[in-house]
Amino acid sequence: MNASAQPLTIKDFTSDQEVRWCPGCGDYAILKTIQKLMPKINQPKENIVFVSGIGCSSRFPYHMNTYGFHTIHGRAAAIATGVKLTNPALDVWVITGDGDGLSIGGNHMTHLLRRNVNLQILLFNNEIYGLTKGQYSPTSKTGTQSPSTPDGSVDAPLRPCSFALGAGAKFVARTIDTETQQMAPVMLRAHEHKGASFVEIYQNCPVYNDGVFEYIKDKKSAADTRLVLEDGKPLTFGADNQRGIRLNPKRLALEIVTLGEDGVTEADLLVHDEGNMVLAQMLADLKAPAFPEPLGILYCDPMAPEFVDGVYQQRQAVRDKKPPADLNALLRSGHTWQVD
Amino acid sequence: MSTVEKFVNQDGVIHAKSVVVRFAGDSGDGMQLTGNNFTEATAIYGNDLATFPDFPAEIRAPAGATFGVSAFQIYFGAEDVTTAGDDVDVLVVMNPAALITNLKDLLSGGLILVDAGAFTDKNMNRAGYKTNPLEDGSLDAYRVMAIDITKQAVEAVKDFGLSHRFAVRCKNMWTLGLVMWLFDRNRDATIDGLEKKFAARPEIAKANIAALNAGHAYGETAELPSGVEIYMVPRADVEPGLYRNTTGTEALAYGLLAGSQLSGLPLTFASYPITPASSLLHTLSALKEFEVITFQAEDEIAAACAAIGASFAGSLGVTSSSGPGISLKGEAISLACATELPLLVINTQRAGPSTGLPTKPEQSDLNQALFGRHADTMVPVIAASTSVDCFEVAIEAIRLATRFMTPVILLSDAYLANASEPWHLPDINTYEPFPVTHATDPDGFTPANRDASTLARVWAKPGTPGLEHRIGGIEKDFASGDISYDSDNHQKMTTLRKAKIDGIAQFIPEQSITLGAPGGKLAVVGWGSTHGAIHQAVKHCRQQDMDVSHIHVRHLMPLPTNLGDLLKTYDRILVPEMNTGQFVAVLRSKYLIDAQPLNKVSGQPFKIREIEAAIKVQLEGVSR
Repeated sequence: MNASAQPLTIKDFTSDQEVRWCPGCGDYAILKTIQKLMPKINQPKENIVFVSGIGCSSRFPYHMNTYGFHTIHGRAAAIATGVKLTNPALDVWVITGDGDGLSIGGNHMTHLLRRNVNLQILLFNNEIYGLTKGQYSPTSKTGTQSPSTPDGSVDAPLRPCSFALGAGAKFVARTIDTETQQMAPVMLRAHEHKGASFVEIYQNCPVYNDGVFEYIKDKKSAADTRLVLEDGKPLTFGADNQRGIRLNPKRLALEIVTLGEDGVTEADLLVHDEGNMVLAQMLADLKAPAFPEPLGILYCDPMAPEFVDGVYQQRQAVRDKKPPADLNALLRSGHTWQVD
Repeated sequence: MSTVEKFVNQDGVIHAKSVVVRFAGDSGDGMQLTGNNFTEATAIYGNDLATFPDFPAEIRAPAGATFGVSAFQIYFGAEDVTTAGDDVDVLVVMNPAALITNLKDLLSGGLILVDAGAFTDKNMNRAGYKTNPLEDGSLDAYRVMAIDITKQAVEAVKDFGLSHRFAVRCKNMWTLGLVMWLFDRNRDATIDGLEKKFAARPEIAKANIAALNAGHAYGETAELPSGVEIYMVPRADVEPGLYRNTTGTEALAYGLLAGSQLSGLPLTFASYPITPASSLLHTLSALKEFEVITFQAEDEIAAACAAIGASFAGSLGVTSSSGPGISLKGEAISLACATELPLLVINTQRAGPSTGLPTKPEQSDLNQALFGRHADTMVPVIAASTSVDCFEVAIEAIRLATRFMTPVILLSDAYLANASEPWHLPDINTYEPFPVTHATDPDGFTPANRDASTLARVWAKPGTPGLEHRIGGIEKDFASGDISYDSDNHQKMTTLRKAKIDGIAQFIPEQSITLGAPGGKLAVVGWGSTHGAIHQAVKHCRQQDMDVSHIHVRHLMPLPTNLGDLLKTYDRILVPEMNTGQFVAVLRSKYLIDAQPLNKVSGQPFKIREIEAAIKVQLEGVSR
């Protein structure tokens, strides 16, 4: 317990291990934001567990002075499920990347989301394999040149938020590595959410994929490239929020409009609704440069049943009906016979 | 074999020391249920017994197909019975396909009880008979009881208003009734079972009971062909006590619960469906009143990883599969080695490679268990030798995993999983508990702390204040547990991991002689489910004054400390295995002895006579 009345600080969550990411890596900023956030989540330090797979981002647990498990490639989701099944009181954070979580671990990610296990998944998307030295990843844009695709990749990329929604995730959000102000509240909401909270983090790899998110990270153009989502607020963006997103009912597609042009008013714009799955799917599909890309909480369904709760409730229901466990009695159940 | 031990008395009753009965029919004919009911009645009668269900991978093969034949064999007698028997005395067949696929195992002079009603042109054609074997004289070497069982069964249940399809299904119970008459078995347990099973549909229960009774009455009243008499098999002289029948799967499930209770640890059992291992998941999933959480994972890898996550969180993670699934778990098992977390991996082996023969037994995953992972990742390996032994082995596996903080591989197989035998029920209160304690004291804590005698790493579970730490697959510093790329440290850690597993040999029993004497001309060395066949073969040979002993090895990694010296006291070593020679290679390389293989990979267990023949060949070699 934090028996001492002293509130925890960032120092309490910083391990003594030397951080070994490349200079300029977006992971530093994410680490700092999470370390700063930890004292605010109201959890005893000993209840916090970071579980990661393999890759640059998966070194993350070594730098958190909490419980941590750096596992094997793609399997953090499965290991974290085992942790939660065993001790639902633990506060589990899964740290993964685009290769770890969506390529080799795509199956486990699917099922973790589908089951809605109560934990947080932070997917560091840098659209490249960093630790294995620069091969293209399942989120790399078509045409990405890499050591394994010297003439450019030919396969279509996967969109993490669309993937998560498709898998049945009940909390899907997106943020940017260096945007602490935007990231921290998203993380708090992810933590608050009971169920599997999926947060995609656009993360720059300065060595193998430098600038791949510059279109949205660049503060100068941010107003035009970011669609910052706020529940209950109209979908606007651009300098002075003069542009917005409208549903074109004939095409069943989203389109960009400008307020004041062609008689468009704010009433014509879509209003963000975190509980609207169809809207979330349309938002997840918005891609630059044709559209601004949504940041914040795309979808949140706080009422969906959580897996581990279900497991324990079912167990309790059975126990309520059966006599207490007695191994000798179990062995002697069914047909027995006495030999004298 | 059993024919030599029986004779027909003047009263027309066949007195036999032991009998082998095989029930065979379409996979939809209910042969497994019939066999299980007959087994129960036989156990209650007081014979010793062993059974072997042999069923196809297909759930419902096309009716009448040879590849859809499902069989259940029971060997019962007045003496200790440890296999399901070599040759069949009484063959019960429900159709031509069952006859053509099983006749080869019937002794000359054996009895065939056959549903003549199923010998239609279509069925005979499908089975491959050009002429009707019931009429063409091809069964003259046997005694044949051909009855239109289908017709008899339908007649017996006509008052219950069942559809024709349901009425026909009662033919297995009619057949069971007749077989029970043949062996003087009591029907009460079967009747109880039917009433319970069909409690919600009493008309089905009543119809099945009527069919059972009608079959029995047919035996009592019908004029039977000459040569068909009641068998009298004396009760076995068994140790007094309370008994039940158990399959290996049940005993293994109960053993896991026992290990949980003795260690004081809850279990997290994570598995993915695969034949023939799934029934363990089913069994444990229905026992929620015990400290076990079951989890059907999305795949084999996830199952292993969830179990590791569970162990990290402080319970005992258990994962279960068969060979192909274990292959997928390999990387995760190595993670558990590297992080020194307890993990129990159960392999119910089946015939391979690849999908192989999914319902048939083999012992061909020993090499996989011993060596089948990347890098130097030794793990303890132990094997169950009988269905009942699965209980003891499960407890021992949990003891090793938790005491030494290591993955343990437990080997069973498709034979043990499904075969049943009587179990003299143990009292769990007589077992020595081995309570597991998690670290709680932050003073001087590092995740690298270890026990000086066992070399086991400390187990600190999340949720414990002051013990926050990180573990992972990267090599760890010997002293601090922090990640380390230091070359000397890696050497030290690799040596340590090996020493820890080697050292387990000091904490397991010395190898005993299962049957026989130390030293001599020949030792037959086995492991796993070959126990029963080796035991009987060695017993028979010793009764004929042959100098042969049986040594059955439970701990396969590490091996008992005295095993090498013990084996060297024999002139010859014979190692029967249901693989192409895996354990024999281990013994040869480890002890530099000229152990000889005896291999069988037909998907069927060894017959006693096959091992007896090999013993004789070895002993002739010694005497020459």
